[in-house]
Amino acid sequence: MPNFVEPPIESPASLEQAYGLLRDGDGRPWRPLAGGTDVMVQITGEIGEPPARLLDIWAIDELRGIHVEDGALLIGALTTYTAIRRSDEVAGLVPVLAEAAATIGAAQIQNRGTLGGNVVNASPAGDTLPVLLAVDAEFVLGSSDGERTVPARSFWTGYRQTARHDHELLLRVRIPLLSGREVRFRKVGTRRAQAISKVVMALSWRVDGDAWTDVRLGLGSIAATPVRAPATEAALEGQAPTREAADAAAAALSAEIHPIDDVRSTADYRRAVAGRVLHRLIRDNGGW
Amino acid sequence: MDRPSSTTRTVPPGLTFPETTPLVVPTDAPAPGRARPALPLRREGPEKLTGEAKYADDLVFPGAWFGATIRSTEPRARLLEIQLDDAFDWKRVVVVTADDIPGDNIVSLIDTDQPVLVPVGGEIRHQAEPCALIAAPDRATLREAKRHVKLRTERLPAVFDPIEADREFAHYTVESGDAAAAMKEAALVIEGTYRVGHQEQLYIENQAMIAVPRDDGGVTVHGSLQCPYYVHKAMKRALNMGDELAVVVQAETGGGFGGKEEYPSVIALHASLLAMTCRRPVRMIYDRHEDISATTKRHPAVVRYRSGVSDTGELIAQEIEVIMDGGAYCTLTPVVLSRGVLHAGGPYRCPNVRITGRAMATNTPPNGAFRGFGAPQTEFAAEMQINRLAEALDASPLDLRRRWVYRQGDTTPTGQVLRESVAGIEVLEAAAEASAFDRAHAQTHSMREGRTDGARTATGIGLALAWHGAGFTGSGEVKLASVASLELTEDGRIRILTASTEMGQGTKTIFPQLVADTLGVEYDEVEIAPQDTSIVPDSGPTVASRTAMVVGGLLIRAAERMRARVEEATGRSFADAYRGAGPMRIDEQFVPYPGEPFDDKTYRGDAYPAFGWAACVVKLDVDLDTGEVAVRDCVAADDMGRVIHPVLAEGQIEGGTLQAIGYATIEEMKLVDGRYLNDRMATYLIPTSLDAPRIRSIIVEAPFSGAPHGAKGIGELPMDVGAPAVVAAIHDATGTWIHYLPATPERILAALTGGPMPPPPGISLEAPEPNSPPIEDLPPGGDEMPFRAPTDPGEPR
Repeated sequence: MPNFVEPPIESPASLEQAYGLLRDGDGRPWRPLAGGTDVMVQITGEIGEPPARLLDIWAIDELRGIHVEDGALLIGALTTYTAIRRSDEVAGLVPVLAEAAATIGAAQIQNRGTLGGNVVNASPAGDTLPVLLAVDAEFVLGSSDGERTVPARSFWTGYRQTARHDHELLLRVRIPLLSGREVRFRKVGTRRAQAISKVVMALSWRVDGDAWTDVRLGLGSIAATPVRAPATEAALEGQAPTREAADAAAAALSAEIHPIDDVRSTADYRRAVAGRVLHRLIRDNGGW
Repeated sequence: MDRPSSTTRTVPPGLTFPETTPLVVPTDAPAPGRARPALPLRREGPEKLTGEAKYADDLVFPGAWFGATIRSTEPRARLLEIQLDDAFDWKRVVVVTADDIPGDNIVSLIDTDQPVLVPVGGEIRHQAEPCALIAAPDRATLREAKRHVKLRTERLPAVFDPIEADREFAHYTVESGDAAAAMKEAALVIEGTYRVGHQEQLYIENQAMIAVPRDDGGVTVHGSLQCPYYVHKAMKRALNMGDELAVVVQAETGGGFGGKEEYPSVIALHASLLAMTCRRPVRMIYDRHEDISATTKRHPAVVRYRSGVSDTGELIAQEIEVIMDGGAYCTLTPVVLSRGVLHAGGPYRCPNVRITGRAMATNTPPNGAFRGFGAPQTEFAAEMQINRLAEALDASPLDLRRRWVYRQGDTTPTGQVLRESVAGIEVLEAAAEASAFDRAHAQTHSMREGRTDGARTATGIGLALAWHGAGFTGSGEVKLASVASLELTEDGRIRILTASTEMGQGTKTIFPQLVADTLGVEYDEVEIAPQDTSIVPDSGPTVASRTAMVVGGLLIRAAERMRARVEEATGRSFADAYRGAGPMRIDEQFVPYPGEPFDDKTYRGDAYPAFGWAACVVKLDVDLDTGEVAVRDCVAADDMGRVIHPVLAEGQIEGGTLQAIGYATIEEMKLVDGRYLNDRMATYLIPTSLDAPRIRSIIVEAPFSGAPHGAKGIGELPMDVGAPAVVAAIHDATGTWIHYLPATPERILAALTGGPMPPPPGISLEAPEPNSPPIEDLPPGGDEMPFRAPTDPGEPR
């Protein structure tokens, strides 16, 4: 016997059915249920209000799959971390996403947890989210009104808040493929597996001669949402990955972010480590 | 048996115990438990593997109700009123308050300070204190009822730091020679203050108890517990019951580590009170959150330490002050402090020692038993001092220990002469050899010398040594006067009757081994009775690494008597004759081990009948960017006397070592306003298999003649030695000493960079951080706290 009252749940078989339910006018918001790795922790109501009702989208297969289209990698919202880790397309085109997926939870979590769930759950510590920021990912949302696209950098609007409306579903993540783009990822957690990050970052750039261009730095666990670090990006833009550039970027990052003390780490540590890890990523690619 | 990671050595008898009485077992016979089969499978293993084993929550009692606890949410307050909201129909449930307790409102243990429930008008002393109980026919009703109870209180000032506390649970002084005078004579004096924080046992099964009222007016509780007779005693006092009315039955128990030593009395009383009120079985099964929030932790401690070395290189003086944080109630704190004080000098000869210890009350949940029981806290400080002395003397930490470690015939600070079974040097040499310590230490030293500015990682090796008194203190075992029994039933079955519990460590396997070998029968011919106080005698608690040594010894003596009686009566071997020789029952009671009686008032005499000895060498990498520690390799050499079951013993070494590595590196309870902030498995992290190093276990056997089988005990010993070895290795890698446990990346990086050091472990922050919400508002999953908004100017603190 479960230790809680199960919220009402619907399991639409198609997107159209799902869109219809999302517009049912009941007034209580639906919580989309994908792999359930976040929702099932919340469902007992033991911590905060449990979801009012659940929209189980697991059966909507059109939300699964990875393919390339129009110069972009498209990943369905229901694609699991395990599927991402096993995908030849991801390995060949955005291998850093597989690297980030491998750091999440344990095998059981990776079998159920989905990329779309990570995006919509909107945890500031979501481990794939800095990667999605660094590669200029876009999120395609759907509803009975049609589709619209929101860039990753404007999707997370506040602590645990997103640009998704209650009647919309996240359909897929679109990652534009750029030639010559390099991306690096680093997660700092309390232990080597099954740890929520203290600091997580992804750095991307393109090489133009000696210099780096189109620099993007996505960070997690250092603000209320996953964030980009524009001042640090500007400090690196057009620079070669020299010691001076790394020093300047690390200093810019430590000045730019305002993490807090929480149950996992301290503001001082997060600020220091963000700079030191960024310095290391640059150094590793500068070859000095 | 071919297990490459395990080596068993026997200390040559002539080397360490030449003058002891010979073991009862003739030397040409296999030691008890080693005869045949040498390594039986775990007695309860198949049931656990197949899922047949019945843990408390698996037990079905038709018609049972569900119980819950209404707890305080303030660290200190006066309870003014328990308000039951009229919006709920209270006839649907039962509510129990302090007024409904038929006996004394006391959780009976060492002291009588802890109430079963805080009475109206009484003082709430910690954040998770039980104030009322509710039982309901189903969980939904129970949840609803809980929401309609409010505690009206008047907040009182709280104390969180044991150094500032003024209420004392216990104090002890151990003194030999004149430490102050000798310190003045010392050529080198090293001082240090060390702080260690809470540690959570994190047994795999949460606390659980089911109380079943009986027609005779008594109550039977079935639960997850270590010490049936502790619970029995508590029930008699608070429920006003005689010996027979209170019955305690151990369900299969998923780990304890000390965490199910005293707390099960609390939950058993709660479940019983509800069951007596609603006249039905009541289930109280904690979830993980409640379990971590409310149940006991390892005591935080502050240890101030001064060591003096003579100009000839001898350790001549130790002055040690130990302050432990007992939390809000006494529980087992005086005994924890006692063990901490008695081990604080470390396993080293020193003629002038003064150790003082105080245990203080704070407004945090009570701390209690945890593997090691006070010794890991003080021995961390002792080993830090030895390693720092080695550095100051420019001596090898191995050589210094070779020189100072206790040898047979040495005298401890309580005046105990170590007459036998003294294997400190053997475990030290075994660990040093297996880890090639000298060579590895030289390598890490030259790596440190040659390290360039941009190095990514630093490798270090660290060594520590420990001793651990076997069983209770001498006086403690005398007071317990434990009984173990052996029965030959009328239908010809051999049955062991003890209250010693199985919690994963192997009691149910080694007891039949010992009895079978003494009787000359097969392992499978010996049964073990359920741990049910209506069936088994009081064999004392299953704690203090005493089960194999003390209760195992009683069983061997009982088996010897039974065998002799049957063989005399029948003229045939026991194995041939026993099936028709019953019924017969042999009760064997503890008699003191030889030696000087221990005096609780003066702290003089034989503190423990014998000591176990352990050495640990740890090799690790420190990430110089982040301060993260990866423990790569560990050699653990432990002397537990004669080994009964090498595979189980090795399991104890590996488990204890990993638990010590967690204590050393990542396990830290954080507190705000006296409440554990990381009271979930998502936030209180212990090492996973990926964090576990290779552990090479070396079993050293220096038998103890006081036990018929020569065993001393192994459960706690490895817990004492891992943490100081880790911190020594961090120093070897980085050149910086971390004086606080755990040595988290935050502390290591602050030490390396000169940045601000995080607050010390074990001390609650006064009030919530200004921008933090109450913990009830934590985001789902408890996986994070909200962060300061990016637009916030966020002045660096």
